[in-house]
Amino acid sequence: MHRLPSSANRSLVAGALEQYCALVMRPKSKTIRQESVRFKTQGPIESYGLKRYSTAEATVASTSKIREKTLTMETLNPQVKAVEYAVRGLIVMKADEIERCLREGGKQPFTEVIKANIGDAHAMGQQPITFLRQVVALCTFPELMDSPGFPEDAKARAQRILRGCGGTSLGSYTASQGVECIRQDIATYIGQRDQGVPADWNNIFLTTGASDGIVSILKMLVSGQGASRTGVMIPIPQYPLYSAAIAEMEAVQINYYLDEDNCWALDINELHRAYQAAREHCQPRVICIINPGNPTGQVQSRKCIEEVLHFAYEENLFVMSDEVYQDNVYASGCKFHSFKKVLFEMGPEYFNSVELASFHSTSKGYTGECGFRGGYMEVLNLDPEVKAQLLKLRSVQLCPPVSGQAAMDIIANPPQPDEPSFSLFHQEKTAVLGSLKEKAQLTEEILNSVPGIQCNPVQGAMYAFPRLFIPPKAVEQAKALGMQPDMLYCLRLLEETGICLVPGSGFGQREGTYHFRMTILPTKEKLKVLLDKVSDFHIKFLKDYGTSEVPRG
Amino acid sequence: MFILRLWSASARPSKPRLDISTRKMTENGVLHPERVLTLDTMNPNVKRVEYAVRGPIVQRAVQIEKELKEGVKKPFTEVLRANIGDCHAMGQRPITFLRQVLALCAYPELLEDNKFPEDAKSRARRFLAACGGGSIGAYSMSQGIELVRQDVARYIERRDGIPSNPDNIYLSSGASDAITTMLKLLISGEGASRTGVMISKPQYPLYSAALADLGGVQINYYLDEAKNWSLDASELRRSLAEAKKHCTPRAICVINPGNPTGQVQSRQCIEDVIRFAAEENLFLMADEVYQDNIYAEGCEFNSFKKVLFEMGPKYSNKVELASFHSTSKCYMGECGFRGGYMELINLDPDVKVQLTKLVSVRLCPPVTGQALLDLVVNPPQPDEPSYPTFKKERAAVLAALADKAKMAEEIFNKVPGISCNTVQGAMYAFPRIELPQKAIEAAKEKGQAPDMFYCMSLLEEKGICLVPGSGFGQREGTFHFRMTILPPTETLKVVLQKIEEFHLKFTEQYS
Repeated sequence: MHRLPSSANRSLVAGALEQYCALVMRPKSKTIRQESVRFKTQGPIESYGLKRYSTAEATVASTSKIREKTLTMETLNPQVKAVEYAVRGLIVMKADEIERCLREGGKQPFTEVIKANIGDAHAMGQQPITFLRQVVALCTFPELMDSPGFPEDAKARAQRILRGCGGTSLGSYTASQGVECIRQDIATYIGQRDQGVPADWNNIFLTTGASDGIVSILKMLVSGQGASRTGVMIPIPQYPLYSAAIAEMEAVQINYYLDEDNCWALDINELHRAYQAAREHCQPRVICIINPGNPTGQVQSRKCIEEVLHFAYEENLFVMSDEVYQDNVYASGCKFHSFKKVLFEMGPEYFNSVELASFHSTSKGYTGECGFRGGYMEVLNLDPEVKAQLLKLRSVQLCPPVSGQAAMDIIANPPQPDEPSFSLFHQEKTAVLGSLKEKAQLTEEILNSVPGIQCNPVQGAMYAFPRLFIPPKAVEQAKALGMQPDMLYCLRLLEETGICLVPGSGFGQREGTYHFRMTILPTKEKLKVLLDKVSDFHIKFLKDYGTSEVPRG
Repeated sequence: MFILRLWSASARPSKPRLDISTRKMTENGVLHPERVLTLDTMNPNVKRVEYAVRGPIVQRAVQIEKELKEGVKKPFTEVLRANIGDCHAMGQRPITFLRQVLALCAYPELLEDNKFPEDAKSRARRFLAACGGGSIGAYSMSQGIELVRQDVARYIERRDGIPSNPDNIYLSSGASDAITTMLKLLISGEGASRTGVMISKPQYPLYSAALADLGGVQINYYLDEAKNWSLDASELRRSLAEAKKHCTPRAICVINPGNPTGQVQSRQCIEDVIRFAAEENLFLMADEVYQDNIYAEGCEFNSFKKVLFEMGPKYSNKVELASFHSTSKCYMGECGFRGGYMELINLDPDVKVQLTKLVSVRLCPPVTGQALLDLVVNPPQPDEPSYPTFKKERAAVLAALADKAKMAEEIFNKVPGISCNTVQGAMYAFPRIELPQKAIEAAKEKGQAPDMFYCMSLLEEKGICLVPGSGFGQREGTFHFRMTILPPTETLKVVLQKIEEFHLKFTEQYS
């Protein structure tokens, strides 16, 4: 086995491994498991609890056997156990721990942890769009309507939203489908975006972020047992919400691989292959597409979308199109086409039959308002009876957060050229998108200059997903530790540089290939530093594992 | 061919897709192939979900509202929705301080505005400092912002006099979200080893809906209407013994103060439940979202956690407890913000790791809801400038609710054929109604539960939207409805009068 470069590294990797066990494996010894979980993941807070209070956790640790709990790893819902979500998984828990250590004065070879693991725009320093926040503030505290500090168009938007709220308060429950006037604004927005393709506001459902809508639709679709169990086609690499939801609902995951050599394009032959192979053990009923791609950043061509829709039509599949990055298109020659628009243009035979749910969110685009948990989905050709069932299901959770609905409204109904807020709004929006475009290019260029890293153009979305050459010795060592090679890579990167990325294995990748996902959101200056550090680390990593030459191609 | 060939060449369908006989007409007369997702093919668990609070009666209310708008003549001019505990929709005003801080968080430029009190500004600054990039637009930790969890823990400590650990607090998107998550963890096994969950009858239908969705086994224990809806330990034993024949009971849910029943549990009763849970190895879920809504004299809120710890280490080291709270009820009634939390006691550390993983898939609860919750658990203090207004507003809301609780009970009990227990807490009256045999038969003919038939008639004739007792569960042969006491006093009076008139007329009509 390859020697670990330092003892500090040993503890990091070993500690990470124990957490990994707690998450995905059946531990061998109960006592060890409990201690490792308590001390490694919960750190100072739990020990604070331990010292002060005699809670059951404390007692369990000190006595070897106490009564069996009701809810244990043995009795836990097995589908929950099967869920994995790398974007906030082990590596992020480690990063939190290191951050805490830094705050408490601990020594590290760096002064801050940079979390480039998630598309969290504001956390990376992006400023909110003024108009959106003005409207939300006005809705929240309507006494501000008298304030001369707020532009008239912001006030008019806020009044319109409040009129749609029970008791004209953001504090009321809304209809479970969302505030009516907001759904109308969204329908208008979709109609404009799709150049006149009709959108019916009765088909719009506001959601708690896009994730919520995606999970709802998947839940509707999962049924059958054995060979008739619902199969869900998802891209690999994928955003792990899909695999997590599929695991939780015990549906069958059907992987179709995106073509890395072709800029992560979706290949129709690969869809056929995956579909045919899956039909032997499940009933494929859904296909999920992420466009622009997460984590891959590709923007699908119109032709590709047509092919997917044609495929779905032929094979009778429900189409779920995740279009949360629809405003994030950077590469020249690339353009966002909504699945709905393409479906319409393919003619009524398609437009009147293919069942489609498309998803959008306040969290991405130029607003990056993740914390508001706003989003919507539009359903097309949904069976009216099923729609009633969907509405019933959604009503149990009462309604999506109303401030998130308000934020969604502003994205759907932004300031118009003749309104006072337009110029500032336009300037802010252009600045955010312009800078993202620059950063997408910068990231691709710098990463491609590093031997052993290959990065496709970041055509859209918010991430680079470069391929890494990992030396055989590192692969061997990772295997010995029971972790994925790119997990080992990312853990060492985190320990040595404070940079938190997500290993490609968390998104899925072709056997024997390794990647990481990095968001391009940090400010340009910070991104440069980050990329330089990643480059230096990579070169050092190759050296540490005895490789100076990397295979080309 | 009947199909317009408009699609582009590259995507031309290669074969006629389905025989015409398998196509069906849609409402617009467009020909439709068999769909992927139909009632027959959809998730059968979803089909089983029922949620009366927003069920058929509310859909009809929405329809009637539309008809009124279109000028259709009705014996009333507006629909009064007393079906749901939606405070602001019923005219309750937001607490100024809460909204000031939230506006400051949403638009920090207002921190320069001298119209905002200093304590509101300092709360906003403190909260923003705990957000990524100082913005409520950043994702928070999936468990919730650490600062808020610390404040929640301190709040619980003040409330109970029992230590609370911020690491055991999980913020949520309203209480419903957290309740569903805990139930999800608990459901496992097949056949006789499938998880059974004990819920009260009547119950808040979130529980039955979540159990249907998750495929858990629902175990009913009945509250004792004759004893003001109190919970009886012997009834718990009866229902558990019966359930053990076909499932594995693993959790018990308690709602205190009660929804829809409005009872406030005595300390003794809570002790009984805890002892029962300890003896039977049941995970205890305490829904305490109405903890500030106590009106009746002699009643007081005791949290399950406090009682558990006061019962000594024999219990407090043993019983697994999740308790839930929310920003939607109490004096603030901020339903739309979807704020809430749960506190977990004695949760297996490995399971806790799994829980954190599970909630991380949904990224984080809405941050504005977290901000709001932070203010609820950390309100203005007596030495702060906003205190007097805050105190006045809060007291006014709670006092009005206490008056209305009394009024509802009194007026209902005057009506022959209606009997209403004391509304000791929460936000609802759940009176029992006597229905004439003929009305029951008429309902059967329509395929409706008799109290659904009653509520539908009430809606059609008086424009008042209530939820029938059958949506919450009730003893066979008894009928009820749930009415929120939230409308302003004058409106509530009118509502109560109208219900009285209706009830008398309905009884006469079917006698």
